[in-house]
Amino acid sequence: MIKKLSGSARMGLGLLGLVLFFGLWEGAVRTGLLPSGMVPAPSSLGPAWLDEVRGGFWQQAILDSLNHYLLGLLIGSVLGAGLGVLCGMLGLLDGLLEGIVRLLRPVPGLAWVPFAILWFGLSTAGATFVIAISVFWINFYAAHSAVRGVDPELYELASAFGHGSFVGRLCKIVLPASAPGIMAGLRTGLGQGWMSVVAAELFGVPGIGARMMQASSLLATDVVVVYMLTMAMLYAVTDFLFGFVRKWVLRWQP
Amino acid sequence: MGSQMAAIRQADVVASLNDVGLSHDGGGHFVLRHVSLTLERGEFVALLGPSGVGKSTLLRVLMGLMQPTEGQIGGAACMAGAHRAQAMERSRAMVFQDARLLPWRSVLRNVMFGLEGLHLNKSEKKARAQEALRLVGLEEAADRLPRRLSGGQRQRVGVARALTVNPDLLLMDEPFGALDPITRTSLQEELQRIWQQTHKTVLFVTHDIEEALRLATRIVVLAGGPPAGITGEIVLDMPERDPDSSAFRTYAARLRAMIAGEPDPGGEAYWRSAEI
Repeated sequence: MIKKLSGSARMGLGLLGLVLFFGLWEGAVRTGLLPSGMVPAPSSLGPAWLDEVRGGFWQQAILDSLNHYLLGLLIGSVLGAGLGVLCGMLGLLDGLLEGIVRLLRPVPGLAWVPFAILWFGLSTAGATFVIAISVFWINFYAAHSAVRGVDPELYELASAFGHGSFVGRLCKIVLPASAPGIMAGLRTGLGQGWMSVVAAELFGVPGIGARMMQASSLLATDVVVVYMLTMAMLYAVTDFLFGFVRKWVLRWQP
Repeated sequence: MGSQMAAIRQADVVASLNDVGLSHDGGGHFVLRHVSLTLERGEFVALLGPSGVGKSTLLRVLMGLMQPTEGQIGGAACMAGAHRAQAMERSRAMVFQDARLLPWRSVLRNVMFGLEGLHLNKSEKKARAQEALRLVGLEEAADRLPRRLSGGQRQRVGVARALTVNPDLLLMDEPFGALDPITRTSLQEELQRIWQQTHKTVLFVTHDIEEALRLATRIVVLAGGPPAGITGEIVLDMPERDPDSSAFRTYAARLRAMIAGEPDPGGEAYWRSAEI
């Protein structure tokens, strides 16, 4: 049986785990258990980060990546959730798209990189495109199943009180009723978006991913890890901020 | 003179079903058949019958949520149509068995649901919704969310939501069926009071004979089948609705017979003589 821990105990344990993790890592590198050429010591990360900040690379990489990320996230989320809602409501459209969806769904965002280069070149648009695609599907499926899960009796209610039209059902019933599912999709997409930022910038569009690739080709593993942690931090911040949006939208939920 | 009388009577017909049949498979098997019913202004009609006989289906036909497979619908409320331009009220409104409130809306905004789309400005809508909440005794709860309400309170909100659109015809689908007996009785009394204040035309679906006898001015029995049909009808002449009175018990016995498909055992006089 798993004992339930209080919030502060959990946080303390989590911190302890992190300290242990970095401590063991540092020890392993210092004792030569891990080759320092392959794995940077945690103690080298601070100086590496300061170097990146002093050169202005760190700030610039974050700004560039945020630009791709936010734009790709916006486009992918709006299109994905929008199409998901429409397919959930319109059986005909759903049927028409089912085959196409099954065909395209398994293709990972990374596989679109060649087309991104071909269509958009090494540009912000290309990186945005790759991020948008990987976010699109998460939102599509989340919205689709959320709309499918709307209690059909609520549609009857809408018809009985003069909101039986498509727009009436969409605004008065479907969007609020499926908001929890749509918000869950958006949140998952938030994480998926950061993951695909690396893929989107691998081919040379400036940003965190590109900076990581440059560093790794120079075997500057400490710089690579600095950007890995940067990305983790950026994800934590966006997820935290989104938490407020979610709470506000779903303020009617217990 | 005669035609004038007919015209007046016509205007007083709020809703009518003429030889209505309903089939879910396009005419293969009928759930209901040869159902004719006329609701006149100010009546409180209970539609009584066993569970699953098609009472709710009939209600949905009157609400316009379902098209009958055969027969015609008429009457002022049903012919008004949904698209009255600049309407400030709706011709029909419905109270559901499960209250069916929107969990993301406050009580007040749930009541305003049916007013949205009517030709009223925001403060008029709010005032009307508050008025309806006052009528069901829930003005204090206006800002609460539905999940903070008891089952009885939720049902009151459902009644307020229907009343606030000021319908010619109020359709109630076993609205108190899922409530505990005490709450149920108090809501029945409250509905009776509201009806006496507003004089709405009400069609109230129930499978409970006693409930029908407490509330209605006329009881129509839907039974038999499939296809089910109207097997009897009683216009109640009973100023006091005391379940222990002999009139009440006589009516109850007649209704039981109608539900079972037996011939009407007759009026009160018949039963009096039988008891002796």
